Amino acid sequence: MNTWKDKAIHTILVGAASTSILIVLLIFVFLGKEAFPFIWEVGFGDLFRTKWIPVSFKEEIFGLIPLITGSLLVTGVATLIMIPFGVFGAIYIAELGTDTERSFLKPFIEILAGIPSVVIGFFGLVVLSPIIKNLFGLNTGLTGLTGAILLALMAIPTVITVSEDAIQSVPRAYREASLALGATKLQTIFRVIVPAALPGIIAAIMLGMGRVIGETMAVLMVTGNAAKLTLNPFDSVRTMTATIAAEMGEVAFGSHHYQALFWVGIFLLTMTFGLNVVAQKVLRKYQMR
Amino acid sequence: MKFLNKESLIINSVRLVTYFIVVVVGYLLFDIIVKGVPTISWSFLTDLPRKSGAEGGIYPAIIGTIYLVFGAIVVALPLGMASAIYLSEYAMRGRLNQGIRLAIITLAGVPSIVFGLFGLGLFVLFFGFGASILAGSLTLSFMILPTIIVSSEEALQAVPMGLREASLALGATKWQTVYKSVLPFALPGMFTGSILGIGRAAGETAPILLTVAAFFLPRLPSSIFDQVMALPYHLYVLATQHPDTEKVLPMQYGTALVLIVIVVFFNLTAIVLRNHFRKKIQW
Repeated sequence: MNTWKDKAIHTILVGAASTSILIVLLIFVFLGKEAFPFIWEVGFGDLFRTKWIPVSFKEEIFGLIPLITGSLLVTGVATLIMIPFGVFGAIYIAELGTDTERSFLKPFIEILAGIPSVVIGFFGLVVLSPIIKNLFGLNTGLTGLTGAILLALMAIPTVITVSEDAIQSVPRAYREASLALGATKLQTIFRVIVPAALPGIIAAIMLGMGRVIGETMAVLMVTGNAAKLTLNPFDSVRTMTATIAAEMGEVAFGSHHYQALFWVGIFLLTMTFGLNVVAQKVLRKYQMR
Repeated sequence: MKFLNKESLIINSVRLVTYFIVVVVGYLLFDIIVKGVPTISWSFLTDLPRKSGAEGGIYPAIIGTIYLVFGAIVVALPLGMASAIYLSEYAMRGRLNQGIRLAIITLAGVPSIVFGLFGLGLFVLFFGFGASILAGSLTLSFMILPTIIVSSEEALQAVPMGLREASLALGATKWQTVYKSVLPFALPGMFTGSILGIGRAAGETAPILLTVAAFFLPRLPSSIFDQVMALPYHLYVLATQHPDTEKVLPMQYGTALVLIVIVVFFNLTAIVLRNHFRKKIQW
């Protein structure tokens, strides 16, 4: 009797756990299902043109290149900003701060992680973009840089939390050996602990980048959304995520534009998937050492 | 001495960088609280919006967000907890286990707007739910599933092996062991994870943008196949889509404040509960 019940429960649990696999497969299937007709109706090569003009009386062009460069530009600048804040923040919380500081800083970082992106975008719109506009003497504060700063702010909690875990897991003996040899606290941190924790810190930065590429609302609200090919962070840019969010609402289901937007989703998913898998591999390898 | 000065200079700059984050976040919260509080009133919270949100309240958006979050939790909580129990207590090293873990990592990294696309393709169009509470809740539930699984599994792993071994040694079956000896100690931690999930679901905009959210709908939903307004989307609309964004600035701040209060409330509850149980249960 008991074995029968145990078997039934086992089956239910396996089923529940397997839903995650099912969901991932369904995501790929349904993105593909909506996107693939584009290949024979328009042509796969058309996705790599350098212009995105989805609505036009003459010729509609669905080149994803400006959207991809938009995402990469914003992500690159955001990464440059989040690395010092994230890594130094983690070092301070893990090694330098007092216990009181830690018990206040850690919940604070968690609160930051919980602030909805639309609220951060709103803050960027009403507070940060006027500052950027005046500081650099621009015509508009809605630039790639504005978006990158907000995205860095959103990714910093991820970088801090994962880096801090990596720093904490460096064996005590490393610290003690270094200090016993007469190294100062800073020398110990930067020559011993950080190098030992480096794989974890790199994984943390990659996870942060994954979050940045996939972020939608904040960039939609503050980057100005002009789909042009540029590498200047003071220009208005349009990211892949913002394109989907802004255009999906107005598009006819099944049209070429609709299919192209699903292609944007596929490219986006591939990028974040790659970053996440590599970061997790690094983390796992590091933990096993 | 010179050496020490350099040392403290660097330590102080690291401290400065860290506290700069605190200052920025503090200013963000301060700005929204100070400018949002004057808007908050009983009628702001309980009135229907008028003139595309320029006047009136945000009642339907609050109710809409509650419905969506409730729907997401009803689906994701049992599914997430059962997955975590399987992974922590039953799973053997093997293909299935590896596959499930890879799937969870993948799900955790899927951008929220891609969840929106997926929800649109599967629930709204393929299942024919239309833009509805049902489609939006299901999409959100898939998004918060990894959060619930990962934190539930951590809670289960924290229960010492000895409890399981003692129970099994007394002749209890696997499930009896899990149900009577492991779950009671792990449940608080598992609920903490789900509270974090609730906070996330309440604040997300991108997934509901394509699956449920109504631009302006000054009434309450009548069924789960109805569209609803939601707080984060309402804030987005007021801040960027409204014809006179300057004039509705107080409404924007008010909405942002309500949203932040809801999300921070759930997060703080989770943090406090977690710290409480960490202190209370010492193995």
